[in-house]
Amino acid sequence: MKEDSPELIVQLVVNDRPYRVVVAPQTTLLQLIRDHLGLTGTKEGCGKGQCGACTVLMDGQPVNSCLILAVQAQGHRIVTIEGLEQDGELDPVQQAFIDEGAVQCGFCTPGMVLSARALLDRLPHPDEGQIKEAISGHLCRCTGYSAILRAIRRAGEGNKPRK
Amino acid sequence: MSLMGASSGRQVETFRSALVGQPARRVDGRAKVTGRAKYVADVGIEGMLYGKMLLSPHPHALIKGINTSQAEELPGVWAVLTARRIPGENQIGVVLPEQPLLAREKVRHVGDCVALVAASSEPTAEKALDLIQVDYEPLPGVYAPQEALQEDSPLVHRKGNLLTHLKIRKGDVEAGFGESEIVLERIYQTQRQEHVYLETIGTLVTPQEDGSMNILASIQCPFYVQKGVARVLGLPLSKVRVIQATTGGAFGGKEDVPSEICAFASLLAHKTNRPVCMILSREEDLRRSSKRHPMTITYKMGATGEGKILCAQIRVLADIGAYASISPVVLYRSTVHATGPYEIPHVRVDTYGVYTNNVPNGAFRGFGTPQVTFAHESMVDELAAKLDMDPIQIRLRNGLKLGSQTATGQVLEESVGYEETVLKGMKACRWELKRAANRRVSPSRRRGIGVSTMFYGVSLGAKGWFLDGSAASVQVHQDGSVSVAIGGTEMGQGAQTVIAQMVAESLGLPLERIKILPTDTGMVPDSGPTVASRTTVFSGNATLDALQQIKKKLKELAAEILAISPEKVTFRDEQVLGGEKKLSFDQLIQACYQRNVNLAADGWFVSPPCSFDEQTGQGNAYYVYGYGTQFAEVEVDLDTGQVQVLRVTAAHDVGKAINPQGVSGQVEGGVVQGVGYALLEDFIIENGKIQTPNLATYTIPTSLDIPQVEVIIVEAVSKDGPFGAKGVGEQPIIPTAAAVANAIYHATGIRVRRLPIGPEILRRAILKKETGNMRGDHR
Repeated sequence: MKEDSPELIVQLVVNDRPYRVVVAPQTTLLQLIRDHLGLTGTKEGCGKGQCGACTVLMDGQPVNSCLILAVQAQGHRIVTIEGLEQDGELDPVQQAFIDEGAVQCGFCTPGMVLSARALLDRLPHPDEGQIKEAISGHLCRCTGYSAILRAIRRAGEGNKPRK
Repeated sequence: MSLMGASSGRQVETFRSALVGQPARRVDGRAKVTGRAKYVADVGIEGMLYGKMLLSPHPHALIKGINTSQAEELPGVWAVLTARRIPGENQIGVVLPEQPLLAREKVRHVGDCVALVAASSEPTAEKALDLIQVDYEPLPGVYAPQEALQEDSPLVHRKGNLLTHLKIRKGDVEAGFGESEIVLERIYQTQRQEHVYLETIGTLVTPQEDGSMNILASIQCPFYVQKGVARVLGLPLSKVRVIQATTGGAFGGKEDVPSEICAFASLLAHKTNRPVCMILSREEDLRRSSKRHPMTITYKMGATGEGKILCAQIRVLADIGAYASISPVVLYRSTVHATGPYEIPHVRVDTYGVYTNNVPNGAFRGFGTPQVTFAHESMVDELAAKLDMDPIQIRLRNGLKLGSQTATGQVLEESVGYEETVLKGMKACRWELKRAANRRVSPSRRRGIGVSTMFYGVSLGAKGWFLDGSAASVQVHQDGSVSVAIGGTEMGQGAQTVIAQMVAESLGLPLERIKILPTDTGMVPDSGPTVASRTTVFSGNATLDALQQIKKKLKELAAEILAISPEKVTFRDEQVLGGEKKLSFDQLIQACYQRNVNLAADGWFVSPPCSFDEQTGQGNAYYVYGYGTQFAEVEVDLDTGQVQVLRVTAAHDVGKAINPQGVSGQVEGGVVQGVGYALLEDFIIENGKIQTPNLATYTIPTSLDIPQVEVIIVEAVSKDGPFGAKGVGEQPIIPTAAAVANAIYHATGIRVRRLPIGPEILRRAILKKETGNMRGDHR
């Protein structure tokens, strides 16, 4: 697609690292993250904003990266799943997902973990309804969500909000 | 759930004592929560091409001509292929040779593929598809199995529209109905369900210097892919190597269909001699992948006045779609399970699988059982209501127990946990209390509780016995770490973790010493498909067989070092124990390597024998069965017809639960798929055209739609299972829909015999009932 489209430059911060990326105008943020930066932890499940698998955090807010053009991310701070682990130490949400059996096939997991992280940053001790609401845009076909709800609750219990 | 033996803090890699029967964290958990797990779309190769399919716009049409010349001239296009350019056989049917890989003379459904393109980018490939001109002559199609059986129906295949007719003839149903004091006859209908695994089907095929193909793919059944690709390319099996990538869910949907996609990509790779990747878009995946068979089930049941069931006459009519897929085996399972987990003296079952011009139906978790279970569990509930019996009592009176004879005449000699699932579940959900509670929670809201039970034959049974062997290959390395290659696949269900637990238990090692390798046809002999809840048992037993050979050598050397007899040697906590004496596992392994003792072995396990007589349907259909009971509590909004499932109590007999955390995860997930099947999901095809082409129109449960799920594990161990295991994957989706329908009946007095029970259908039934009530028909 690069061959017959004009190119644009996007500057953004991904996982605390500044990037300057040359993209075609129609490139999505998902394509920028996966194809240009090689951060393949962000998944494409439908490409239409209907499944939530491609969720990343943009300035701390969960967004469907397949619905955002790369140029719209100009100047923004993005966190992908690769950005949660710090020096080999898992984020408490990641650890809780492992401990509670909230991972099966794992394809929804990166997006789900990021939405949970954003929720806990906003509401350190969310109730059941708030957790369900926060992940309602994410489809999971394996776990039936119960273990994911438990994991987020558990991560919230030990919560000391980051930063 | 508490995790026994796990230390707190940074314990990810040190869940030391997660042995058999204790909850174990997944061995692939860390890779998946960090985004490091590599699914096939995450693996790119320099210079790879992008493959695309041109799918038929018509459900039934003749192909008069295909012109690919414009597409071929487009810069960036490397290959355009049609059915005329296949080096091997243009055939991909896994059960029957009736499915051309690429349509040549005609298309039979809107997912049929007529041409393939490989290009340097995906947009270029898409542009090339637009430039291919296909001259179709549309034909009249047939879209309902009832119509397909009529004499003047259009034919999907030349041989006629009836694909298969399976039978059970046990006892004398006419005599049975004669003796019955009550006879009910009802028709139940189920819909088409789509898997919606979160990762679509995809593959990356890399041609090798000697012309062989390496295939990395999102799949359930690498050995099917190997055979399919070899056939299409005309290659020997030794030149097709299939490696499973981390796979994002499957549920049956990646049983046979990935062979088609991998064959497409392999054709393009063969033609261009370049790596070709082909990742389906969600729309392509929904359009081309198989679905759960819609069925119409005519059920006639006779019983005594005390609720002893005497006879059942069942006619199952299933829409196969345009190709057989795995249908004959799915319908075998529907047939064997049609009477449910009940001992019934007189049985007659006729199952018909009929071709239509719809998208093919095939394997989906439960494999033909959820449909018939909706029917028999609704029917038994209706019978209980007519007899004014408690729905539990009628189930206990007729349920299978040790020594019972199934509909196929099989006498159950071991491992029948049916009654225990009913009784434990009943207690946990406080059945009697809930059943008697006031159903009216507000003027417009009613609550109810319903029950449903099931049984499920483990593995492939008589119809698939020829595929029912499995292999494993185990190697203990010099540092005492262990690698294990199995023929079964990990698609999210937790297979790798249970196999690692078995190895850890068997050698007395912590889980982190065990590495389960990606499934690879180059490393393990054909182990059949990963389906039918068979992996824990089959890959598990094969692994134990290999371990036994290795342990024999370890014990002999340990006995020599410790100067005791080999039978006294045991393995625990990284120690090798012999009475009072011991040495460390690592010391023993060092000693083995110094003496050139080979610590690698191959294991093999074959299914216990099964049988099925085609004429009478009598035989030992499956070697052992799992059992389950679910209780659903619902709240119905009478004004809107909306149903909320509040709580499901699910008791399942899985034999020994190797990883209870994994079993719970399977049950919780299966129940929610079952709630979707009961209330929400319907893959609609009208006149051959798909009406639900994306995830906005085909909706599955979200976190806002789920019940609270309580899981009860019942362990009626099986003598043939590793540590007594029977497997769990399919079970939990099977009884849910009927439990929900029965709960709706309890709440409202309305019996819905058709899935899904959407708000419009229920609201209409409520209005009809209210109109009846106004005429004085008060309950």
